[in-house]
Amino acid sequence: MALSGLEIYKQLPKTNCKECGFPTCLAFAMKLAQKGTELSKCPYVTDETRAALDSAAAPPIRLVSIGVGDRAVAVGNETVLFRHERMFVHPPALMVRVADDADDLTEKARLAGGYSVERVGIVLTLGGVVVENHSGDATVFLKAVETVRAEAPGTPIVLMSADPTAVEAALGVVGAERPLIHAATASNWEAFAALAKQHSCPLTIRAESIEGLAELSAQVTGAGVEDIVLDPSPTGIGGSLALFTQLRRLALKKNCRPLGYPIIAFTGAESPEEEAIASALAIAKYAGVIVLDHADPALFYTLLTLRQNMYTDPQKPIQVEPKLYTVGTPGPDSPLLITTNFSLTYFSVSGEVESSGKPCWLLVADADGLSVLTSWAAGKFDALTIAKTVKESGLENELNHRKLVIPGHVASLSGEVEEELAGWQILVGPRDAVEIPSYLKTVWSAA
Amino acid sequence: MTIEIPKEKWPGAVREVTLGAVDGGGTRTSTVTVGGQGSLPFLHFEAGMPNRPAVAVEVVDMRPEDWSPELKDAWGDLLGDPAAWAAKAVELGADLIALKLRSCHPDQGDCGPEAAVAVVKGVLAAVGVPLIVYGPGTADKDNEVLVAVAEATKGERIALANCDEKNYRTIVAAALGNGHLVIAQTPIDVNLAKQLNILISDMGLPLDRVLVDPTTGALGYGLEYTYSVMERLRLAALMGDAMTQQPMICTVGEEAWRQKESRAPTGVPDDWGDFGVRSVLWETTTAATLTQAGADIVVLRHPRSVAAVKRAIAGLMDQAVEAGTVTAVSAS
Repeated sequence: MALSGLEIYKQLPKTNCKECGFPTCLAFAMKLAQKGTELSKCPYVTDETRAALDSAAAPPIRLVSIGVGDRAVAVGNETVLFRHERMFVHPPALMVRVADDADDLTEKARLAGGYSVERVGIVLTLGGVVVENHSGDATVFLKAVETVRAEAPGTPIVLMSADPTAVEAALGVVGAERPLIHAATASNWEAFAALAKQHSCPLTIRAESIEGLAELSAQVTGAGVEDIVLDPSPTGIGGSLALFTQLRRLALKKNCRPLGYPIIAFTGAESPEEEAIASALAIAKYAGVIVLDHADPALFYTLLTLRQNMYTDPQKPIQVEPKLYTVGTPGPDSPLLITTNFSLTYFSVSGEVESSGKPCWLLVADADGLSVLTSWAAGKFDALTIAKTVKESGLENELNHRKLVIPGHVASLSGEVEEELAGWQILVGPRDAVEIPSYLKTVWSAA
Repeated sequence: MTIEIPKEKWPGAVREVTLGAVDGGGTRTSTVTVGGQGSLPFLHFEAGMPNRPAVAVEVVDMRPEDWSPELKDAWGDLLGDPAAWAAKAVELGADLIALKLRSCHPDQGDCGPEAAVAVVKGVLAAVGVPLIVYGPGTADKDNEVLVAVAEATKGERIALANCDEKNYRTIVAAALGNGHLVIAQTPIDVNLAKQLNILISDMGLPLDRVLVDPTTGALGYGLEYTYSVMERLRLAALMGDAMTQQPMICTVGEEAWRQKESRAPTGVPDDWGDFGVRSVLWETTTAATLTQAGADIVVLRHPRSVAAVKRAIAGLMDQAVEAGTVTAVSAS
């Protein structure tokens, strides 16, 4: 939680010496609170004050990055409990766990590293591969890490082993790539903390109680580790929800420094449905890293879509530019459809028009980035807006016909639009984009 | 190191609503009570959750030819037989049956109220669980059919749906006079939801006979709007705003199975994965996410979703797992 100017002022010398360049200590404190100057400008501030102010200025949940280069992921630095309060900022990294002695290691690593899917114009990928020292053998682990590195180039790696020697050997290969180490516990933290510090890697700490986690956090921080990920090792989805909620609240509401780090969730389950549910809960409620066991594109796509939904800015929907779009090469006799500039709406409609094989004019109205139904309810997509969009498009000179297809959800507007657009015939299209191809084949052709 | 777990002490709670009746005109063998919680979903370390969220299975009174092939495969011949379909759904774990009177729609056969009543009675006879009855979804026909059903099933505590700002007078009157409940539906908006509850309450229907449908957006198709509106409604309820304290119902199946992801087995990117897996995940994931926002009833379509969501709810209701004192190891 950031400090106010007055709280900072209390910690300053209050001598008004002006050496910082400000007329008074209070003015300097106010500027500091707005992050408009540096504490180092004050020559008289004590080390103790500096430490206190630095720690107060740090975000309540530390931003931790895993991996290097284009595929690196950064998680944490969240500031709210509910997305409607502001927004969730750093989407959790979805990772796939592979066992170091599994037959499908290569295949899974390749799939996780190479998977990508486009949704509403945005390319989504997975966040990494978790290599688990399932064999308990350091040599097998090392070989598996080498395989994953080769099969999933650039993808962040999690080194998962209870054996510091095995992790040390693996760090010899990927130590420069900021792998996440999993996990330091009360019994082995010294060796893991030393490795994390030596290689500047993020370190997971694992304990079976919140107190245990906080203690461990203080210990590894004392040993010089800065980037920490928390594994509260929950049992079941109910326990997981309660623990993750408590950790998030402690960080945000109590400014509990030892617990101000992102959380890792293991959501593996027997069926893809159960794994999807556990992961969905972790996406909605507070995980920073989510580790999957099923390497299944259907699961990836479902969860990446959910993550995109939950991490969208609630005040600012994903939008496309309102203008005239063409699908294929439409001519003067091609159909004209109108919709709104909500990105999902646009991509759904244009995708379906494209799959119909019929070239079309697709007019996208400025509806504040809302969907058809929402913008209609909010009065942003009414007869006037539709008429204005058509007139401003200049299409009247391009088309041989005067037929406009409006979305089925605003069928009730057709009369009004006809009044606003003299000489035009208003056709009511389907409610759902998926019905557009059959609409164009049947209704439009007959119209 | 001692750490005090931050607990919220909310002044308000969600109202308890009971669907179905075993006596006084009701012929159900069991009832379903939802709501009553004084904390956010499944946080048992706070005020807790006396009733678990319920799963309703959607049954249609005619064979839904436009349904996804995955759903048609799952239910097979049962799709043409609402009573047998409902009985099978209960066998698979349905806490409630959500019966949709689609054949009354002017474009789907335009059946009259007598036919609708016969279907409802058939399903009531086939199952012992409570019913939600949805009209065909057009204003005039909804009124005609739902009023007839309400009168013919007096005392059953059926939830009549949907009750919206246009038809609420008719539907609420039918519920009032015949001992039923209503589902108050508004389009993804906190204030509209509140306002409709006020209008319904002003007509004299006790609020323990009102469920709220905040309008469901499916995964990838507006889920986040529904999620945040529900979360805000639930927080308002816990803060003590009496007109937001209704249990919430989400028509997950209808929305999730309308989308390309759950309807198109072919002609979609390979990265979407296997159709059979993806289509069911679309529904399951939408449902699970909305239970986090406060859904008290989810209406589902696919048997595998029903099983998975029921298991998940059981896991989330398991209070034996005391937060902070767990012993198992996540990494094994």
